[in-house]
Parts: sequence; structure tokens; C-alpha cells
Amino acid sequence: MIRSLLFIPANHPGMMQNADIFNADAVIFDLEDGVIASEKDAAKDLLVSFLNHFHMQHKKIIIRINNIDEVQTIIHPFIHGFLLPKADEASLLLLDKTLTSLEKKMKFDHLFHVIALIETPESVLNALNIAKIPRVTGLLLGAEDLATHLGVSRTLEGREIEFARNMVIYAAKAYQKNAIDTPYTDVNNINGLKQDTFNAKNIGMNAKACIHPNQIDTINEIFMPTQEEIDFARKIMIAKEKADLDGLGAFSVDGKMIDQPIILRAKHILEKIKD
Amino acid sequence: MIYIKTIASAGTYESNDCIVTIKKADTLSIEIESVVFEQFGNQIKAVALKTLDDLNVKNVSVFIKDKGALDYTIMARIKTACKRLGVYHD
Repeated sequence: MIRSLLFIPANHPGMMQNADIFNADAVIFDLEDGVIASEKDAAKDLLVSFLNHFHMQHKKIIIRINNIDEVQTIIHPFIHGFLLPKADEASLLLLDKTLTSLEKKMKFDHLFHVIALIETPESVLNALNIAKIPRVTGLLLGAEDLATHLGVSRTLEGREIEFARNMVIYAAKAYQKNAIDTPYTDVNNINGLKQDTFNAKNIGMNAKACIHPNQIDTINEIFMPTQEEIDFARKIMIAKEKADLDGLGAFSVDGKMIDQPIILRAKHILEKIKD
Repeated sequence: MIYIKTIASAGTYESNDCIVTIKKADTLSIEIESVVFEQFGNQIKAVALKTLDDLNVKNVSVFIKDKGALDYTIMARIKTACKRLGVYHD
């Protein structure tokens, strides 16, 4: 289960070599907006050298690329997947083709994942077709770029991205993919981060990207089920076993009627804490 | 007008990083200034020599201003500086 993804600029050795001590479930080494244009060559060389020398076994490494061509120069078995900026169907299919060819040629023992960065009005409206692509394992909402396209300012309430958040969530969930929320950019405002993360979780996001290590614990905690939810899920599963033996389809727990969708939710909660 | 680049650099002087400056020269020379020179000066030089050898870059003068960079960073910064100078291509 992925809850938190930490962006780290790929030209920052101090942060890169500490990536595995942060509690983020995944790190995104950023070759795109996190690196100024004149340093992109240096970032790419540093990233390749880093991958050749560090093996972060317990951390998923994702690379935010600038363009599909550069995949060939940075491909490495320790990479879990790629984050494609300004993703649309055509660019995702081209990336899939490129990765398929590299996987065959270089005989990697795993398939590379792709996360689509949804940050244009077109990609928001086309989110379902993007989520449908088998290689795509997650949709990440990029609200800052999207707000620029929309000509609006970002707010803590996030009303300006409500529609986009919902599109990302419904598209991702329709195909059992990760719905990953946009980073909260005010790194010193932990209360704001909490509110923003709850807003996202309560409507269906299952993970959130972040841009500072001090945001990770808050995000991880919010995306874990509460003790109350875990206790209730356990009660449901115990009651279900008994109901199965008694041949009952529906049953009640703590005065609430329990049927199939609620059992499924309970299962998901218990699966989450197993991870 | 054609400009011929004779000097190039890469890296920063932040913690865990180094600035590598490379100039075209008649022979290979390496100069190091490091916050950990006493402990790691020889190792930094060995890494620099090995990297230049791997890149097949010979006649350059290298200055490394180091602030605790690990080997992988020194190697990457040398490679980038060489590419920027035009003495190495991927």
C-alpha cells in the first residue's frame, strides 16, 4: 500500500542519500520541475551514479522524467516506476512502448510501473482513458500546474480542484489504481496539511505526494485506518464467520446492518494494516 | 564567431556536494580543497583519477572544492563537468 510519496530533487545529493531513512512509502526523484533547466544534465548524471551505488531495498523509487527519450539513459533495475508529467493517452502509450522494449532488451526481472501526472484540463477530462492503460498504476493530481491552466489560485479549502480530485479518484478507482493527491506546498503549516489530507482522504484519495520530509508522518497517519475503524472491521469479520455458519446473508454488528459492501470495506481496512 | 570552451564546472558547495571545475591542459592534474581533506583527501583523489580514467579523459586540470561529497557524487560531478567542457560524450 502506498500512502506517501516524497519528491526529492535529483540534483540534491544530501537528500538523495538520506531517502531511505525517511518514512515515505515511495520517493520520487525529480528530474523535472524540481531541477532548474541549466542543471538538468547534472541531475541526470547524479541520479544514474546514485542508482549505481545505492540499493534502497525497502523503498519504491519513482523517477519524474522530463520526457520519454530520457528513460533510455536512466533506466535501472532499482527503479520501481516513472512519473510522467503532463500525461495524456498518447504520451503514456509511447512510454509503455518504450518501457516494453527496454524490459525485453535488458531482461529486467520486473515490469516498470507508470504514474500519470494529471495536471492539465485535458488530462482531467480524459482521466478514465488514462487510468484504463494497463501500465498505469496510479494517477497523481498536479494541482499547481492545473491551477495555472485554470487561471485560479490555490486555496486551503481546495474548491478550485474539487472537480479534478473527483475525476482522478473515480477514474483511478474504476480500474483499481492508486488515486494520489497533490502535494500541500505550505511546508511549515502542519494543521493546513492535516486539513488538506483529510479533505482528500474523505472523498477517496488513498495516497498523497509531499515535498518535505516533515509532511510524511502526518500523511501516513491519516491514510491509515483509525483504531475505531480497525476494531469495527474485526468485529464484522468475526460476525461474518458466524453468519456464514448460520447460513445468514445479512447480519448486524453494534446495531448496524452489515451486508456485502460493508464486509468488503472491512476486508480492505484489515488488508491495509497487514501491509 | 566560434567560442571554444576551455573551462567548465558542475556541482554546488552545499553539504554532501562538491564543485568540480575542469580546464583543458597539457597534462593531468588534480587539486582538492575539502572540509574532510585530512581523512579523505587521498580517497577523493583516487575516485577522481578512476573516474577520469573510465571516461578516458587525460589532459585536464581538475579542481575539486568538496563539502563532504560521497564517491557517487564526486564521480557524477566530474562526468558532468567533462561533458560540459566537451571532452566526454555519453
